[in-house]
Amino acid sequence: MDDHDVGGDSARLRYLDHEGAIVKPLPGALANRDLLIRLYRAMTLTRTFDAKIIALQRTGQIGTYASTLGQEAIGVGLGSAMRREDLLLPAYRDTAAQLLRGVTLCEQLLYWGGDERGSDFAGPREDFPICVPVGSQYCHAVGVATAFQLRHQPRVAVVTGGDGSTSKGDFYEALNLAGAWRLPVVFVINNNGWAISVPLERQSGTTTLADKAKAGGFPGVRVDGNDVIAVHAVVGEALDRARAGDGPTLVEALSYRLGDHTTADDAGRYRDPDEVSRHWAEDPLVRLRNYLVTGHGWRKDDEESLLEECSATIEAAVAEYQAIPPAAPEAMFEHLYETLPLALVAQRDDLARRLRR
Amino acid sequence: MSEMTLVEAVNLALARALADDPEVVIFGEDVGVNGGVFRATDGLQARFGAERVFDTPLAETLIAGMAVGMAAQGLRPVAEIQFMGFIYSTIDHLLNHAARLRNRTRGRLSCPLVLRAPYGGGIHAPEHHSESTEALFAHIPGLRVVIPSSPARAYGLLLAAIRDPDPVVFLEPKRIYRAVREEVDDDGTALPLDHVFTVRDGSDVTLLGWGAMLQVALTAANQLAEEGIEAEVLDVATLKPFDTATLLESVARTGRCVIVHEAAQTGGFGAEIAALLAEHGLLTLLAPVRRVTGYDTVMPLYRLEDHYLPSTAAVVAAIRETLEYA
Repeated sequence: MDDHDVGGDSARLRYLDHEGAIVKPLPGALANRDLLIRLYRAMTLTRTFDAKIIALQRTGQIGTYASTLGQEAIGVGLGSAMRREDLLLPAYRDTAAQLLRGVTLCEQLLYWGGDERGSDFAGPREDFPICVPVGSQYCHAVGVATAFQLRHQPRVAVVTGGDGSTSKGDFYEALNLAGAWRLPVVFVINNNGWAISVPLERQSGTTTLADKAKAGGFPGVRVDGNDVIAVHAVVGEALDRARAGDGPTLVEALSYRLGDHTTADDAGRYRDPDEVSRHWAEDPLVRLRNYLVTGHGWRKDDEESLLEECSATIEAAVAEYQAIPPAAPEAMFEHLYETLPLALVAQRDDLARRLRR
Repeated sequence: MSEMTLVEAVNLALARALADDPEVVIFGEDVGVNGGVFRATDGLQARFGAERVFDTPLAETLIAGMAVGMAAQGLRPVAEIQFMGFIYSTIDHLLNHAARLRNRTRGRLSCPLVLRAPYGGGIHAPEHHSESTEALFAHIPGLRVVIPSSPARAYGLLLAAIRDPDPVVFLEPKRIYRAVREEVDDDGTALPLDHVFTVRDGSDVTLLGWGAMLQVALTAANQLAEEGIEAEVLDVATLKPFDTATLLESVARTGRCVIVHEAAQTGGFGAEIAALLAEHGLLTLLAPVRRVTGYDTVMPLYRLEDHYLPSTAAVVAAIRETLEYA
């Protein structure tokens, strides 16, 4: 029973229970050892990376960061279901989804380390950067989806947000358009129970967040957000529907924010530690690992070498990040407009003069 | 070449942009079959199809937000906000996203959108339909704020705005949508952005205005010319980025400056122009800079609006005051 499960409706798609036992037969494409190990590796990398960024933040080597602890299955599930040509419009708790899209560890470190170059993705060139103002990304996503529809491209915009973002007007305006125009867009809501310090029952009067899709006139589905197989399957189906021209889907992925809102937050001020402890029993990594152990012969040394590999990858990325000097101060003028207007040339030159002194 | 109104010139520029560039799309509330409440998009859907010119739900935040998404995909969205009074919910998308997408992705993504809106008073419109809040937008780094003041400049500046690779807020003075006629050549030539236009030469005082106030400025200048006082009238046209050089060059010759805008005075764009003069042209001034503006009051409903808007007489009086300094 989830404390934040408003209305007690816990109906949601799930393949693995908390212990990693199969509760529903896996779809054929997902009963695949290589794929499952790829998903497990991505979740492990995300969690290890997350811990590393927090450690860097605590030692003053990086800025404020929004941890994905306990919610890795959502980003890994949706990111692995998307095609390369699809487009992700992420919120700020999407370390996993961005990794799956090909945003590098170094780029993510740069972004959280206060450097715009972290959003100049070498991989997914058309993906949006992280959206910090909560909810704006939904309107951008339906704009992207409109462009896909107008150009008759078989592509889908995937937009993410937290439970708190469903309180915003932007969310409803975007749902409304997506439904009215049957746009190729998938809304993935990470319902982790808390909008910083405000629990879901103070944010929403609907029984579920999936219910919000009714306002847009399209399907809303609930999935166990800590079951990566279920997230991958549900988002995959939503992507297929959108790509086939059958319109949008809202996916409510139920999870729990095991960490603070960000490194600048202290959840101990407003959250019962017992509630947090209970949710550790639903850890998405443990669940898939148990299944891999019992169902696919995942061994202790497989686990150890994975952890070593993740640590080495992360250490290399941190070294790469730390070797990148800050941009020249004049860089703040460089991409403001395509061509710097004359009115700003004087300001840039003024900065350059100060630097020479 | 034919004579037309400002709103017809807007329509002509939109049609030209649609014809020239397949990436241009026009959308907003009632812009399709209805052709816009001021008919700025009249006939465009019939001519270019509903995939190029289409109505949106009644949702201004969405209109701006979707324009960001479409522009990032390489379309050239030209979105209409029906009245400036309804534009404020778009500011999150303009300020947090459109104006900084290029910068925050180091040029990987850009946002070549145009947000058009009729603005200003003088047509006895209902509440929330008559304000001039252009200075709010001029404060946003990464935006362009463009205001035409005649049919020919509406045509040329709108084409420039649509072709510009960065986001533009394009504010149309609805008071002169149909009040002025001018020859417009539909030759697809854009006017330069970031440029202050000298629309009347003079050597006694520099008079700046934009939008509907430019007509007031010109009327005042013509009136004073009968007494031998020659005002140089500048159409600011692009508020941001502002063309300081043209301002300084003119004031260096005239030594006097009067700024006219219908927006409230405090923090209005006239304050920025006066500050630029104080910083860069103080020693060329022979008299204090004067502003003729709306009051710092809530824009009154229309029975009183003529008392709020700067009049020709007020502009003439301000110019006479600056001339009192030897």
